[in-house]
Amino acid sequence: MTNQAKKPRNIRAQIGMVLNLDKCIGCHTCSVTCKNVWTSRKGVEYAWFNNVETKPGIGFPQQWENQQKWNGGWIRKINGKIEPRQGGKRRILRNIFCNPDLPEIDDYYEPFDFDYQHLHNAKQSKAAPTARPYSVITGERIEKIERGPNWEEILGTEFSSRSRDVNFDSIQKDIYGEFENTFMMYLPRLCEHCLNPTCVAACPSGSIYKREEDGVVLIDQDKCRGWRMCVSACPYKKIYYNWETGKSEKCTFCYPRIEAGEPTVCSETCVGRIRYLGVLLYDADRIEAAAGCENEQDLYQQQLDIFLDPFDEAVIAEARAAGIPESWLTAARQSPVYKMAIDWKVAFPLHPEFRTLPMVWYVPPLSPVQSAAESGQIGMDGDIPDVRSLRIPVKYLANLLTAGKEEPVVLGLERMLAMRSYMRSLSVDGVINGDVLERVGLTQLQIEEMYLYMAIASYEDRFVIPTSHREYASSTFDAYGEQGGCGFSFGSGCSTGNSGINLFGGNKKAQRGSGSPIKIPIKVEATK
Amino acid sequence: MDYLNTLLFGYYPYIAISVFLIGSLARYDRDQYTWRTGSSQFLRAAELRQGSNWFHVGILLLFVGHFVGLLTPPDVYHTLGLSTSAKQILAVVAGGIFGGVCLKGIIILVRRRLTDPRIRATSSRMDIFILLLIAVQLVLGLLTLPFSLYHYDGANMLLLAEWAQRIVTFKSGAADQLSEIGFIFKLHLFLGQTLFLVFPFSRLVHVWSVPVGYMARPYQVVRRR
Repeated sequence: MTNQAKKPRNIRAQIGMVLNLDKCIGCHTCSVTCKNVWTSRKGVEYAWFNNVETKPGIGFPQQWENQQKWNGGWIRKINGKIEPRQGGKRRILRNIFCNPDLPEIDDYYEPFDFDYQHLHNAKQSKAAPTARPYSVITGERIEKIERGPNWEEILGTEFSSRSRDVNFDSIQKDIYGEFENTFMMYLPRLCEHCLNPTCVAACPSGSIYKREEDGVVLIDQDKCRGWRMCVSACPYKKIYYNWETGKSEKCTFCYPRIEAGEPTVCSETCVGRIRYLGVLLYDADRIEAAAGCENEQDLYQQQLDIFLDPFDEAVIAEARAAGIPESWLTAARQSPVYKMAIDWKVAFPLHPEFRTLPMVWYVPPLSPVQSAAESGQIGMDGDIPDVRSLRIPVKYLANLLTAGKEEPVVLGLERMLAMRSYMRSLSVDGVINGDVLERVGLTQLQIEEMYLYMAIASYEDRFVIPTSHREYASSTFDAYGEQGGCGFSFGSGCSTGNSGINLFGGNKKAQRGSGSPIKIPIKVEATK
Repeated sequence: MDYLNTLLFGYYPYIAISVFLIGSLARYDRDQYTWRTGSSQFLRAAELRQGSNWFHVGILLLFVGHFVGLLTPPDVYHTLGLSTSAKQILAVVAGGIFGGVCLKGIIILVRRRLTDPRIRATSSRMDIFILLLIAVQLVLGLLTLPFSLYHYDGANMLLLAEWAQRIVTFKSGAADQLSEIGFIFKLHLFLGQTLFLVFPFSRLVHVWSVPVGYMARPYQVVRRR
């Protein structure tokens, strides 16, 4: 972050997200509101742009984190270059007739609904009628639902299945199957809108792209041809193949809302106030080198180094020259994401070892102090409890967030504990505890701000989203092309592509008023 | 009979090619959202790996074989030292092998599409029609092989190639070349042209979108507004 770089930086801005897992209560409001807005359509019933998993668990789709199985993300070759783990361009094209790494719908779940009509139509019987499940693909009855979008809710399924979670790597996991030692946490997941997305790299049609002005990764529904390489390429399995339209779909980061300066639906509706949205400035020329660094455990630090200090005068000047609007630079200085990820270092990227440089970051959860229950005394480290005695093993969190490197996670957890300890002293005893500040390397100002952002978490602090400046986003200041625009569409521009006589196999939309009139079974009494 | 011959092999080719080109263009322009491979691998992968790979490799080789075989003027391959009867044998052997490869694939695909409940339920009528059309066309093509072997001198082949070359170069008398040709060849030709006719209305449009540009482009794509 010093001005050691001689050559000009390629400055871009992105809206990033932080999720404070310490406050996630696993209510699934984010998933449900997201589903209602984006994927309550045929072909994507099984798709959850946002889902909440209970960890430890194999997740959704099953074992998504296990890249030995799915070959998602990037791999660093011996020559130091990175290529998609499922193969370089030649191998991707060779597999185009049948992608060997593609999950099947059963790895998610067969979408189902229930035969509610039976409750209305069943004949009188001694036992109450039931609404039995049926497949929405075939319409046939499903005798037993084998899998669902949240099959492991609150440690559902047996430990032997859940413990296939790859985050148990190099952990003696058997003791965590015992009731006394069990632990859990929630992990809400959405598209990471990565700086180095593998889905984009693997798309043979070039239909997936990152938006220059705000970093949102989108699929051009017109250009997608359904080669389905992106589904396997994404290590987070956050691209969903719509089996009805034959096109891939993904989280849009609610870009129509973001452009208007509003938070995404999942963030807006989060009852736990765990989500934060804010601008990050970064140097796009450093992406490749950072993603290709040799040691996986350095990826977290490498990614941190890509981000630029929004308070640095040189950065501000260069960003202005690059055409980033003033409101975005102001927002970058107030960005809660910058504060949590870079300034306080309490938020971490999810699985940096996938080398995609994800832009949705996570604050690890604190958990009950385990040894206190065992020995009657809490393992203390100065004024704060020893984070290694927390119920959730630090190693587990490190495997999830920093490719197994424990030190950053330990520091993050300590800072959160320090914040609690500091505020307790301040509000209960009226004493400023300088020791605890020194212990975790924070200033009084920082820790009090941390309290405001993470404990109080008011709406204005959580969401600092500048509106999209069209004059910045457009290559020319020409709004003429926007005239009569139709906003969001699923393809074919403003044309629905559908008419009464559509020749090309598109779904004909039932227009109101078309078809036969509804017969209303009401008897009208004849008047005398 | 002569009238029908002229209609099917003199005029129908131009109708089919016109619909093929204009239809593709119109669909690309008006309704690109429906322009996709229509892959069903996601719903059931088990048989698809075998079926799809064999089928696609076979049909691509067959396409190249037909293209080169029909449109290369005799003078060109004669100067390359290939006699007419040698080319006939080459065509029969190559066609037999490629056709066999493709047949193996399409048998798996047809069975899968008609019997797998998920695939059947999500197939459009056009999906099933186009697959069966290709299957019938393939079987017809393979049935012509014994007849071709019977005409060892390659006279049949010369007539067919002459027809194709007259059609694409807009020369008159194309249909007349085929008046003496066997019925099974005629049926094969007719279905072949029909395949072009229905092409823009089916999932076959994905053939236009072979992603050759992928090799040349950088991995990352950033779009400016």
